Amino acid sequence: MTLKEHVRTDIRPVPRQRKTPRDRLARLDVKASPYLYIAPFFVVFAVVGLFPLLYTGYVSLFRWELGSDNPKFVGLHNYAELFADDQFYKALTNTFSIFLLSSGPQIVIAVLLAALLNARLRMPTAWRVGVLLPYAASLVAIGIIFANLFGPNYGLVNSVFEALGLDRVDWQANRFASHIAIAIMVNWRWTGYNTLIILAAMKAIPKELYEAARVDGASGVRQFFSLTLPLLRPTLIFVIITSTIGGLQIFTEPKLFDALPGSNNGGSTNQFQTVTLYMYQTAFESQHFGYASAIAWVLFLVILLIASVNFLLTRRIASTGGPS
Amino acid sequence: MLRSLLTCASVLALTAAAGCASSSTPSDTPSSTANGPVELTIATFGKFGYEDLLKQYEQAHPNVKITARVTGQGGPFHQEFLTKLAAGSGLADVQALEEGHLSDFLDKADKFNDLAEIGPKDADASRWLPWKFEAGKSKGGKLIGYGTDVGPLAMCYRKDMFAAAGLPSEPDKVKDLFATWDSYFAAGDTFVQKGGGKAWFDSASQIFNSMVNQLDTGYINKSDDSLAIESNPKIKQAWDKVTGAVTRNQSAKLTAFSNEWNSGFKQGAFATKICPSWMIGVIKEQAGPDNAGKWAVTDAFPEGGGNWGGSYLTVPKQSKHPKEAAELAAWLTAPEQQLAAFKAAGPFPSQVKAIEAPELLATTDAYFGGAKTGEIFANQAKKVTKAQYKGPKDGQIQENVTSPALAAVEQGKSPADGWQQAVDGAKKLVR
Repeated sequence: MTLKEHVRTDIRPVPRQRKTPRDRLARLDVKASPYLYIAPFFVVFAVVGLFPLLYTGYVSLFRWELGSDNPKFVGLHNYAELFADDQFYKALTNTFSIFLLSSGPQIVIAVLLAALLNARLRMPTAWRVGVLLPYAASLVAIGIIFANLFGPNYGLVNSVFEALGLDRVDWQANRFASHIAIAIMVNWRWTGYNTLIILAAMKAIPKELYEAARVDGASGVRQFFSLTLPLLRPTLIFVIITSTIGGLQIFTEPKLFDALPGSNNGGSTNQFQTVTLYMYQTAFESQHFGYASAIAWVLFLVILLIASVNFLLTRRIASTGGPS
Repeated sequence: MLRSLLTCASVLALTAAAGCASSSTPSDTPSSTANGPVELTIATFGKFGYEDLLKQYEQAHPNVKITARVTGQGGPFHQEFLTKLAAGSGLADVQALEEGHLSDFLDKADKFNDLAEIGPKDADASRWLPWKFEAGKSKGGKLIGYGTDVGPLAMCYRKDMFAAAGLPSEPDKVKDLFATWDSYFAAGDTFVQKGGGKAWFDSASQIFNSMVNQLDTGYINKSDDSLAIESNPKIKQAWDKVTGAVTRNQSAKLTAFSNEWNSGFKQGAFATKICPSWMIGVIKEQAGPDNAGKWAVTDAFPEGGGNWGGSYLTVPKQSKHPKEAAELAAWLTAPEQQLAAFKAAGPFPSQVKAIEAPELLATTDAYFGGAKTGEIFANQAKKVTKAQYKGPKDGQIQENVTSPALAAVEQGKSPADGWQQAVDGAKKLVR
């Protein structure tokens, strides 16, 4: 059989029927080529986006340890266990707490800073670059330095507190204090970045509106609240959405904040362990891959939920927004 | 290319002979006959002191070419090790494996070569300290690693602080204080009363881990890999002793290896430190030249001896040249080579002959008042009587369950609540 095939490849091709194949090719070109052109994106997405997503869902139905040859199918057991897992709720609470403590003040400060930078300044570019500098610093370096500053025994912050006659704070042990310390770390890095986005939006507000307001006798403060802020709304929504996504996935800061180098515990009683940190620990330290996949899926759904709330809000504000 | 493949396929079909495969893949059989050059890789972390030794080995074996992969930290190294072991490819022919991570790997012994089978005959049990050799065996008796170094435990302490508190301070005189854990904590009470606000030890988990390591059974039972944290009353007894000392202000409450812990050495925040051989270097670095001569080390440890740290060289099944890899691992872990590594980078040898070598015994340390560190740690290594069985997740229970629970007690949680946290955490991890 193989011999026959082999022989056939050596036979000279039959005289070509000129028109039909070319026509067919042309028709194929029109029909298939567009799909080929857009294929790279979809292939890449399917390989690195969709497949991992679905496979994570598949893994979450098993009790699956790294390197074990026969994972055990457990159905939705991992999810049932997860919804009764105190540590998961604790991590979720920590995540939201750190997110609120960071995103809230961050956006307020960013708007105020942008307003300052929008005023007439000497060397405006130098100031603008200045606020962006923390963003350029290495996240790991920031983490290590801040963990040092907030050291309970020999940290600079506590030394300053003591010099001012205040009580020392155990930034590691106290749950709320640890969230504040981590939020400060996040804010330090991201405020400048958001400031510049808001500043760009401020620059886009037509000057005529301010002139009209001035003619009407509006003070600077009044201008800011009645003119600048309403016109910034779409940009603010964007900034809020991006910081929500970032805030819910916060990982490096709490990991580096832990006194024990490399630890994923988020403190001695998981007081500052975030959901992503818990997921990472479950997968790569405890090697409960099934359970970690369940965490990943639930986190995905939580983010989806919050994103859709954001989306609804944005649509609503976009339709009613604008200067009245 | 395609054409040759087709030709090949047809030839194969015609003659049904396996003549085609041989040209594309050199050989699947282990090249023990070694007609061509053998390429070996060896993966280690931190400082093993193998750089010069590997060159020597290449010179002595012209057909062997060695590539060394060195990772800085042990944590990421072992995580990668575990992942590649599970993936079935990507590991080096010789992989280093640290004692603290051993439990996770002994569990997967079927993915390693049995060195007792494929290794050279002279690399047998008599080469190593018995407990070191035994700990490298899986439950089924398979030898997955040749021991490299050990971390025998001694006691380091601050001479000046002992003297100030009215305790004996010379290395020969303090041994009674370090005879048992009870005498250790009793001396701690005396010290705290007169120590002027200084702590007796650095961190509760450091003491607790040493105590649990001395027990016959660790966190996991050997018989059925069940959790022993509740069934072994000695673990709870150790917990009570340590947390009792914490409530009596003996702990400096510093998380080991944190920045604060490092500062604690400089500030003289605590008077004693459990001291595996490699801790000598840590103390020197962290306490700094300002504290030279204040630290001392003595060859005593509560309830005998103990070990913390040290590694093995393993040959995973993935290796294409298991026999050559085992030969290299055996050569590197021979007494002469481990002595050379000790001189180059400091890992304390685990081989009987190396430990008895005069050059090792003559090692002294000026920072510790000229103490004979070589002799002290050699003595301590011999005091270790047995290898405790480390079941799956044993290392993680220590790292992620009991240590944080003890830190929580140091941060104000009651010892009873802390114990509950430890038990719950261990159950969750093992399930």
